[in-house]
Amino acid sequence: MIQYKKFILDNGLRVLIHEDKSTPMAVVNVLYDVGARDEDPNKTGFAHLFEHLMFGGSINIPEYDQPLQMAGGENNAYTTNDLTNYYCQLPAENLETALWLESDRMLSLAFSKKSLDVQKKVVCEEFKEHYISKPYGDVWAKMRALSYQVHPYSWMTIGKELSHVENATIKDVKYFFQKHYCPLNAILVIAGNVETDKAITLANKWFGNIPSGELYKRNLPKEPQQTHAKLLEVKADVPLDALVKTWHMDSRLEKGYYVADIITEVLGGGGSSRLFQKLVKEKQLFSNLDCYHFGSIDKGLLAIEGKLVKGVSMQTAEAGINEELEKIKNELITETELEKVKNKTESVIAFEDMALMSRANSLAFYELLGDVSMMDTELEKFKNITTSDVKEYSKKIFSDNNSNTLKYYSNN
Amino acid sequence: MLNRKILPNIINPTDFKLGLKPYTHFKLDNGINVYAVEAGEQEVLMLELVFNAGNWFEEKNIVAATTNFLIKNGTKNKTALEINEHFDFYGAYLNRSCYSETATITLHSLSKHLHHLTPVISELLSECIFPENELSIYKQNQKQRLIVNLQKCDFIANRLIDEYVYGFHHPYGKYTSTIDYDALDRDGLIDFYSKYYLNGVCNIFIAGKLPIDYETILNNDFGKLPINSIDKEFKKIQTSTAAEKKYTIINDVNGVQSAVRIARQFPTKSHPDFQKSLILNNIFGGFFGSRLMKNIREDKGYTYGIHSYMQNHIHQCSWMISTECGREVAEPTINEVYKEMKVLQDTFVSDAELNLVRNYMIGSILGDLDGPFQIMSRWKSYILNNLTEAYFHNYINTIKTVSSEELQFLAKKYLNPDEFYELQVI
Repeated sequence: MIQYKKFILDNGLRVLIHEDKSTPMAVVNVLYDVGARDEDPNKTGFAHLFEHLMFGGSINIPEYDQPLQMAGGENNAYTTNDLTNYYCQLPAENLETALWLESDRMLSLAFSKKSLDVQKKVVCEEFKEHYISKPYGDVWAKMRALSYQVHPYSWMTIGKELSHVENATIKDVKYFFQKHYCPLNAILVIAGNVETDKAITLANKWFGNIPSGELYKRNLPKEPQQTHAKLLEVKADVPLDALVKTWHMDSRLEKGYYVADIITEVLGGGGSSRLFQKLVKEKQLFSNLDCYHFGSIDKGLLAIEGKLVKGVSMQTAEAGINEELEKIKNELITETELEKVKNKTESVIAFEDMALMSRANSLAFYELLGDVSMMDTELEKFKNITTSDVKEYSKKIFSDNNSNTLKYYSNN
Repeated sequence: MLNRKILPNIINPTDFKLGLKPYTHFKLDNGINVYAVEAGEQEVLMLELVFNAGNWFEEKNIVAATTNFLIKNGTKNKTALEINEHFDFYGAYLNRSCYSETATITLHSLSKHLHHLTPVISELLSECIFPENELSIYKQNQKQRLIVNLQKCDFIANRLIDEYVYGFHHPYGKYTSTIDYDALDRDGLIDFYSKYYLNGVCNIFIAGKLPIDYETILNNDFGKLPINSIDKEFKKIQTSTAAEKKYTIINDVNGVQSAVRIARQFPTKSHPDFQKSLILNNIFGGFFGSRLMKNIREDKGYTYGIHSYMQNHIHQCSWMISTECGREVAEPTINEVYKEMKVLQDTFVSDAELNLVRNYMIGSILGDLDGPFQIMSRWKSYILNNLTEAYFHNYINTIKTVSSEELQFLAKKYLNPDEFYELQVI
């Protein structure tokens, strides 16, 4: 279990401190409670573009990276549909450098026009590299739009289209910063070879006098219960047919989330999983097949996707998946299967906890979910799931009416 | 009042004393060398068996990689499914990878399960049967994977640049076609397995929280195998570089991006220029604050990322610049790369920039060595390249002391645009 102490500064900033004397390093992790789900549907991709702009200089520090590198540090950031997270790791002696840098950009950015212009281009190249140039690169743009009617999970963090990124203005940037980047909407984690007392003193010194800002109250449209099966068929210049299916599942804090996690493992986790064994090895319908979920905070998606073996029809491939889903809906999985999945979960958590950065990240994430202490009971929640939970929840989500299907045909 | 414009005092990472936690070494009964690093807080470990069984040793293309891949797909007494179920049940991961010289089998698991897992790995190293059916599924799926990859400009570029630098008939330069997969047969795999695994040369690396009896476990399960009985020398294979230096390939007429690769041969790790050149490489394109990133991404926005690096091999290395950039800015991107080479040749790196890179590199090594697997990985790279701990200390010292004169000398020696192969794939 990860040890930590939690503090709340006068301006509302939540601070978590995790001491680990076995490492020479320190990590500073700042999570902002804003992701692609908080974007205007006509200005998508903005949360992610903004993440790039956070490296373009802040009010008192013209360049973010240089002083950090001078202190022997490295940093990066990522944006998801749910959140934006910034982290740096540096020798523990130089912890204050990271706090100085992070606090200044929470106080205010420099809002440089040049930085905006360049980063719009950089993000457009990122968009092209991952979603246009790659075969099947548009699958998830299409699949999200098909699966969600109203919830903003209907677009990807990179944005719906290049023009949304290209049209961003300095005015948009300032508005977004003011709305989301303030102590009340952020979580600071300091981890590594630090003394808790000293770390909180430094946190107060650098972050304590940043104005609280306004608490962002998220009020996203709720996705209505899906009432009929949805299907999209496309043709593209790809060498193989592909089949992608999704089903709506519970949100991060509901019990169904944990059951869905186990279902994806039974169906698609590793070489002994059901879909791999039956459909890739025995029936040879797919050359690869994955089953997973997105780990979303709001109601997310469970997905199965694979490429068909040449010569296999879409209908046969889909029937193969359906047959496996019927089994998991109607027959209890074995106790051995369940034990296997639980062993794997235990192992995954142990490996994740090895890296200081990953521990810092988990602390921030669980605090975002509501309370960092939930982290301690996570494994317990998995352990309490039974084989009949798996059967009942499979019945609930794997219904036709709850399904979305993308048939992605090869032009060749 | 807090002055936010002033950088808090930093301690220069170059003042740190860096050490590499030593390993324990012992031999199993059959002579296999075991290198162990006991470290870490979590109850996990990594066990890696490294065989001299890379594609250097194969006579037909892709035989080494296929043997390595199918090693967990069936033994005399266990099907592929039973093998997978065994490792999955214990929440363990058994991966295999094939490289140019070596091929590995790597286990990640909770420390408490090690003794349940090594007996099955031992079985894989003595009783593999390479079932015909498994081979046929593998061929079918790998060919499908290949035809998808052949649509990606970066995939094509990575294959071709290696061919230009090393030659198609060299292990570092060759690549696979669907015909090579068709030509695979079971007997060829059994033969390769027998020569390079069953009677092969193996080193074992283990790191993490180790069970108290791990030496006994390893000796019981791996110490009786016929491994290491015959010495496998690396046969000499000469590289043969391409005559033409510049290439443009249109893989997709509608492509929106161009994969650019610029590369030349470079000496191996033991050459006196190697470590100093790593610092030059960092300044040039080795990290986010490098000149290539600053110029081509952060100033011009031509790309999401551009990197330069030493492509490390045991017998011959190369110096590589790699990026995916907008199709319409590929030419300007390439010109800027050469321009940055020239600047390094013509002008001294300033003290400020050099100090920043020294600090950054030391900090980054400190972070890299944080954890048992990372420490082992560095040792492994030294051991497989016949280097010792002195190499590590020499590297740290080089980072701290290399001069801008030396860097300019190396730039003049190695960063001549005319000596590089240049490729764009759209």
